[in-house]
Amino acid sequence: MVKKRGIFGRIYILIICLLMYAPLFLLVVCSFNASKQRSIWGGFTLHWYTDMFRDEEVIRAVTTSLTLTTAAALTAAVIGTLVSLGMTTMKRRSKALVTITSNIPLLNADIVTGISIMLLFAHFLSLGYTSVYIAHVTLGLPYVILNVSPRIMGMDKNIYEAALDLGAGPLYAFRKVVLPEIFPGIAAGFFYAFTISMDDFVVTYFSKGPGMNTISTMLYQQLRRGINPEMYALSTLLFLAIILLLGIANRVSMSGKEVTGT
Amino acid sequence: MARNLLELVNISKSFGEDLVLDDLNLEIREQEFLTLLGPSGCGKTTTLRIIGGFEVPDTGKVIFEGRDITQVPANRRNLNTVFQNYALFEHMNVEENIAFGLRISNKSDAYIRDKIRYALKLVNLEGFEKRKPRSLSGGQRQRIAIARAIVNEPRLLLLDEPLGALDLKLRQDMQYELIRLKEELGITFVYVTHDQDEALTMSDKIVVMNQGYIQQMGTPEDIYNEPENAFVADFIGDSNILDGIMIEDRLVEILGHRFECVDEGFWNHVPVDVVIRPEDVVIKEPGQGMIDGLVTSLLFRGVHYEMDVMAGGYEWLVHSTVGVAEGTKVSISVIPFNIQIMHKPESEDEMAVAAEDL
Repeated sequence: MVKKRGIFGRIYILIICLLMYAPLFLLVVCSFNASKQRSIWGGFTLHWYTDMFRDEEVIRAVTTSLTLTTAAALTAAVIGTLVSLGMTTMKRRSKALVTITSNIPLLNADIVTGISIMLLFAHFLSLGYTSVYIAHVTLGLPYVILNVSPRIMGMDKNIYEAALDLGAGPLYAFRKVVLPEIFPGIAAGFFYAFTISMDDFVVTYFSKGPGMNTISTMLYQQLRRGINPEMYALSTLLFLAIILLLGIANRVSMSGKEVTGT
Repeated sequence: MARNLLELVNISKSFGEDLVLDDLNLEIREQEFLTLLGPSGCGKTTTLRIIGGFEVPDTGKVIFEGRDITQVPANRRNLNTVFQNYALFEHMNVEENIAFGLRISNKSDAYIRDKIRYALKLVNLEGFEKRKPRSLSGGQRQRIAIARAIVNEPRLLLLDEPLGALDLKLRQDMQYELIRLKEELGITFVYVTHDQDEALTMSDKIVVMNQGYIQQMGTPEDIYNEPENAFVADFIGDSNILDGIMIEDRLVEILGHRFECVDEGFWNHVPVDVVIRPEDVVIKEPGQGMIDGLVTSLLFRGVHYEMDVMAGGYEWLVHSTVGVAEGTKVSISVIPFNIQIMHKPESEDEMAVAAEDL
C-alpha cells in the first residue's frame, strides 16, 4: 500500500512539474535556438542575447523596469515599515482595519486594481512614470507589511525602552536597537515587493499610458507584432532574475542573523 | 538617618477608565532595598515605570535627588532598569550590550573595556564578552541585564520581576546574588515582585500594594508579624484570619472563646479581624488547650507538617514539626503575643481588597 502510494505520489509530482516547468523549459531552449522556427532546432546560439542588448527598445524597457521597480520597492519598504510600526500601538479594531485595507491590492483582481488606478490618474494626473510608480508602491506594500509585522510582534517590546533607559534618544534607540531587529523583515519585504513589481503586467499596462514600457508591457507589444526570439532571451533572463530574487527574499526572511550581524 | 533619594508625591495614574494608582506617596532612602509587593494589577509595575520615566503620572511629582523629574524623559534620568524579560539586544554580543550605555555617554574605549571586565566579574560571567544573548541560559541573561544596567553607575536601580522567568533553585541563588551586589555597589534598589518569599528575603523595606493603594509599608518582620489588615495577612504567608470581638484591652473573643492578647487601644466590643500564623498555633492534648478539635488532614511539607484542625467551627491551618495523625482529637492554643488584631476594613476599596481571593 505504502509503496504503491509512493509511486502514485511520484507520478503525480512528475506530472505537476511537467505542466509547470515544461513551458518554461521550452522558452529557455528556444532562447538558445539558432533557428527562428520554434519546431526546428537549428543549433546552439547566444545570438538572440547579444541582439537583445543591442536593441534600444529593449534597453529602454529594462532601464525603466529596473529604476521603477527599485524606486517602488524602496518606497513600499519605507511606508510598509512605518505602517507596521504604527499598527503596534493601535487597538485591535483599527489594526484589523489597516490590515484589511493594506491587503486589498494583494487579494483584489489585478485588472480591477489596474483599471481603477487608470481611471483615477486619467483624471488627476497624466498617465506615465509617476502613475505606474504609485501603482507599484500599492502593489508592494502588503508584502512589506506581511513581512515586517511578524518581526515587530515577535520582538521583545522592552528593548526600545531598555535603550532609552540606558540613555539613548528615541531616534538613536530606534536605529540601534529596533531597526536591526526588524531589518530582515524589511529586506524580505523589499525583495518581495521588487519581484511583484518586476513581474506585474496587468496593473502596469493600464496605468502606464502611451510611450512608456516596462519589460513586461514591451514583451506583450513585441509578441503582438510577431514572434522574435530576442523576446525569448529577455523572458529567460527575467525568469532567472525573479527566481534569484525570490530565493534571496526567502533566505533573508528565514534567518536574520547574517543580515543583522553588525 | 539616610536622606531620601526618591520621593513620590501624590501620584495618580489612570489608563482610560482604569484607575491604577490613587494618590500614592512613597519615600525611598539611599542604599535601601525597597520592594513593591502585590498581586498582578496592583499598580506596582506602573509605579516602577513612573520612576523609570516610561509613564508620566496624571497628577503628582517624582522627586529624585531633591529635583523634580516628573517630566524628564527616561534617557535623561540617572537611574537604570532591569526589565522583566531582560530586554537584551539580541543582535549585539554581551560586550556590546554592556557597552551600550557607556558609548552613549562618550566614555573612552579603555574605560569601557575596564568597566565591562569589572561588570562581568561582578556577575560571575568572566569570559562571556563575545557570546550572543541567544546562546545564554536564563540565569546568564539575567546577569548580563544587571551588568548592562550597573556599569552606568546609576544612583537607583529598578528591577521589574527580574527573577520571574527563572526556576526555583536559580531564583534562590540569584536572591543572594542581588543582596551581595547591592552591598558591594552601595546603590539603591527598587524591586518589583509578586513573590512574597523574594520580598521577605531581600528587602530592607517592603511596600505591600493592592488595587493602586499602599496597604502597608515596613520591614519584612513588621509586615510578616504585624500585618495591618486582612489583605496583607493573607498575601504574606499563610494565615488564619478570623472574625473577633475586642472585649477590652488585651482580651479578644474568637469563635465564642476568650483569648488573651497584647493589643490595646481598640474600642470595647468592636468587631476586629484576628490573624494567627499557622506556626503559632500550638497543638495540645484534648482539654489542655483553649479550643478542642479534630485533625482533619495531615500533610508532610518537608520543613514542617501542615495540618487542618477543625475546632470551634473553624478549620485552623497549623504548621508544626510534629505531625498528628488524621482523626486525632486535640486541643489548640495560642500565646497572647502571637495573636494579631486588626481593624476591620472601613472603605469599600479596602473591603474589595480583603475579599479578593488570593
